[in-house]
Amino acid sequence: MGAIEAPDLSLAALTPLLFVFGAAAVGVLVEAFAPRDSRHPVQVVIALVGMVGAFVSTLLLAGTREVTAAGALAVDGAALFLQATIAGLGALSVLLFAERSLDPARSAFVASAAVPAGSARDAELATSEHVQTEIYPLASFAVAGMMLFTAANDLLVMFIALEVLSLPLYLMAGMARRRRLLSQEAAVKYFLLGAFASAFFLYGLALVYGATGSVRLSEIREAVSVSGTGGLLVLGLGLLIVGLMFKASVAPFHTWTPDVYQGAPTAVTAFMGAATKVAAFGAILRLLYVAFGTADWTWRPLVYGLAIVSMLVGAVLGLTQTDVKRMLAYSSIAHAGFLLTGVIGLGPGGTGSGLSATMFYLLAYGLTTLGAFAVVTLVREGDGEATHLSQWAGLAQRSPLTAALMTFFLLALAGIPLTSGFTGKFAVFRAAIEDGAWPLVVVAVLASAIAAFFYLRLVVLMYFSDAAPDGPTVGVAGLPTTTVLAVTAAATLVLGVVPGAVLDIAESAAVLVG
Amino acid sequence: MSTFPWLLAMIVVPVVGSAVVAALPRGRDHLARQLALGTSIVVLVLAVLATVAFDTGGERFQLTTSVAWIPDFGVSFALGVDGIALVMLLLIGVLVPVVLLASWRDPMPARRSMRTYVAWLLLLEAMMVGVFVATDVFLFYVFFEAMLVPMYFLIGSFGGPRRQYAAMKFFLYSLFGGLVMLAAVIGLYVVSNSQLGEGTFAFDALRQLDIDPGVQKLLFLGFFLAFAIKAPLVPFHTWLPDSGAEAPIGSAVLLVGVLDKVGTFGFLRYCLPLFPDAARDLAPWVLVLAVVGILYAALLAMGQSDMKRLVSYTSIAHFGFIALGIFAFTTEAATGAVLYMVNHGIATGLLFLIVGMLIARGGSRQVRDYGGVAAKAPVLAGVFLIAALATLALPGTNSFVSEFMVLIGSFPTRPVFTILATVGIVLAALYILLMYQRTMHGPPRGVLLENDAPASDADPAPDADPVPGGSGAGGATAVLDAPAPAATRTLRVRDLDRRELAVVAPLVALVLVLGFYPQPLIELVTPAVEATMSDVGADPDGTTPSAGQPTADRKGND
Repeated sequence: MGAIEAPDLSLAALTPLLFVFGAAAVGVLVEAFAPRDSRHPVQVVIALVGMVGAFVSTLLLAGTREVTAAGALAVDGAALFLQATIAGLGALSVLLFAERSLDPARSAFVASAAVPAGSARDAELATSEHVQTEIYPLASFAVAGMMLFTAANDLLVMFIALEVLSLPLYLMAGMARRRRLLSQEAAVKYFLLGAFASAFFLYGLALVYGATGSVRLSEIREAVSVSGTGGLLVLGLGLLIVGLMFKASVAPFHTWTPDVYQGAPTAVTAFMGAATKVAAFGAILRLLYVAFGTADWTWRPLVYGLAIVSMLVGAVLGLTQTDVKRMLAYSSIAHAGFLLTGVIGLGPGGTGSGLSATMFYLLAYGLTTLGAFAVVTLVREGDGEATHLSQWAGLAQRSPLTAALMTFFLLALAGIPLTSGFTGKFAVFRAAIEDGAWPLVVVAVLASAIAAFFYLRLVVLMYFSDAAPDGPTVGVAGLPTTTVLAVTAAATLVLGVVPGAVLDIAESAAVLVG
Repeated sequence: MSTFPWLLAMIVVPVVGSAVVAALPRGRDHLARQLALGTSIVVLVLAVLATVAFDTGGERFQLTTSVAWIPDFGVSFALGVDGIALVMLLLIGVLVPVVLLASWRDPMPARRSMRTYVAWLLLLEAMMVGVFVATDVFLFYVFFEAMLVPMYFLIGSFGGPRRQYAAMKFFLYSLFGGLVMLAAVIGLYVVSNSQLGEGTFAFDALRQLDIDPGVQKLLFLGFFLAFAIKAPLVPFHTWLPDSGAEAPIGSAVLLVGVLDKVGTFGFLRYCLPLFPDAARDLAPWVLVLAVVGILYAALLAMGQSDMKRLVSYTSIAHFGFIALGIFAFTTEAATGAVLYMVNHGIATGLLFLIVGMLIARGGSRQVRDYGGVAAKAPVLAGVFLIAALATLALPGTNSFVSEFMVLIGSFPTRPVFTILATVGIVLAALYILLMYQRTMHGPPRGVLLENDAPASDADPAPDADPVPGGSGAGGATAVLDAPAPAATRTLRVRDLDRRELAVVAPLVALVLVLGFYPQPLIELVTPAVEATMSDVGADPDGTTPSAGQPTADRKGND
């Protein structure tokens, strides 16, 4: 508490963040000043430059292990690995946003979000080819928030990152061009429940500060090991976990997930499903391993229980869904449970493979989910997407390639060998069993078998049912969506067949400083 | 030549063949069939050459190749065969060309092509080979699960009227078993990690582990469940009659002939050597399942009116015999069990094929729709009789040797179970001969009478579906080629044509040859069986390997 010092700031270590935040800020300026006609290409390029730049700079930074920005940010292996994952998924999502050949109105996003749904002006705009481009800076901000989230070494920074990533997502969820009311409902639900979750997080933060006198993760750890854990601290930790689990759509904090996944524009759902999960788990890992790694009894039973509930809720409720996007939402809930199985594998003294396993799983799951949602954007009926399961009947006869891609992604989600899903599952199960949590793995195995049923049901529909004569059409994907599909399918295959190199990277990146 | 990677080639050749066939343009079905048949014959030749290269007096695992695959998990792409795996490879090598030839003119469901069908069959062949030659438990698991995908599409796309249900049930049962095994596989890895200092999946290293009895039981159960579903043993069997009945005939042959053998193979290769204490402790329970399966499935088989379901149930009964032979823990019984695996593949494969040919003529799977076929199609009836006799293990047929070895091998250690199992032989004679008699002899019935035909289509049997999706439904009109006569006039049934004779001839020959001269097979498998029995600590002279016997120098085996 002496004279004010300038905080140490390692700009080099912050390059990835600077890229994306820069792109977001420039995007806002372009939105304000660039002429309307040129905005779309310019925005796409800026967003892509930001995210690809961030991706490349994380790769260049590999091996950096430092705490910077006056101890508020930890740039370490885990942070960089997850930041690269988020930036990569973000770049692919931007490509999905930029797809212009699928929707007859040349964009999946509303022409003017402020016009009330159902009004005369709305009907006029529904077929207008004029597009708003605020989605790109919003996505950049969300990605920036997510990347900050995984590197936050301080509960306050973590909270700010949480808001920076969440607020754009709330908006983006409401921007669908078709079925606007559903989309707006999704946005409101997401916002209200998200605000609750943020409040939980903030309350937990206050309690933890009260108990330990610090919001810095490393100082909390020291306080815990010096003076032990009291009721206040455990309560605070519980509330923090609630806030984070909400973002990760872990049951029982998942209730927003199906509605938001269904209502949001599919490209945005893909982005949320893939990147948000990575970010949320990045924060969960950092909070639990760095701040509370020495007192794991405080969170282990809770996480154990949440993992079981999430896997079972996701798998069982997924069985009853009739909408592809809702089904994938429940799948995401189940996968959150599998991820928590990996989180359990901290191992004695942090020597377990839980961290690297969870990080690998996040990468594999993110790419597969993104691919699956990209396929959903292709199957269309009339002007919008055909997301009801029955509309997918006989898809293999109409478009064998689309059906084959979707089947491949679904098999990966089900965890069939030779796909990335299996490698990921194997890694997290191994981490959990090494830690003695085999009953958890048995539950996970049961849940996988249940979940396989609904994935396979879609395969059955696509391949073994006859197509309805007036069934949906399969849109011809433009270059952006084709790129996304190619990258995600190739990644799903490579991470399943020859995962060695990436597993090595995850292994060597499994370092948390702070 | 001895360094040639035979086993790898046996996986790669069908995969490549499958890819080539799948890439053929639409409408080139005939070329697809020819290419597939050629590929499968190459695999058969490779299997034979591998057998020649195999030295029965040599190492336990031969023709080995091993490359590190996922070093982080300690996984190698390690292949190798012992005698047991080798005879299964030979069985695969023989059955796949036969099945392809048998499916030559199968009517395809609407909008499905022969090209896709044979592509999946070849991919299935590659996976089946992989599962038997893997000597790395992880690799085995990968093939074990990956094998489901081609079979799932074969049943689901090309099967009978209830194919969606059957395909789903097949996949979920197997996947569930497989996932439980996955947990056990990882558990095994963790044990190896703590005992050997680094985790491994190599079978030979895992065999050396000294696992705590409690843990061993859990791991054993994990593996056992997967294999008991696969084999299948009662009460995990309910998927097989559905899959067997709905699968197209060719796939059904591979399903019961080879795929299900993975279960019994797994007992021998993994359950016994890796968890000897648990295997000894839990053997009585397994034997109960086996004997209950023999009797229960035989009774159910008698009650079936659908011929494909009937044959599926007979297989369940036979798997009971195989399990009895394996868990009796004598070399003789286990050798018998391995022979049984081969012979069952041949005999039941033949029975399935001939039933399929009958169904292709009559368009119905119901026993009551046939009668007096023997008078019209004597060759078909003759082959049917040979298949039937081989299935009930008449002396002189191949199955007799194996069944007899299982029974006399099991008797010294497990007399009660063996005596009960013997009742199954009588039941087998009943269900098989009743089906034979009803369909082949007596006055013409069902589809052979024009006014009745197709007699049972009014009843709710699944075959009544008029959609030409059923594997057997398409041939009905083509073969009943009589002019419209008086109502009581019987129809001609086409006898086996040259292609069909070529399909059944190799299997009939094997039934007879292996019935009279099984010695080469026995010599091939005996060393591997002896090694397995010494792993489990059984006394080759046939005393009951009771818990806590001297060879098992561990405590807590009660």
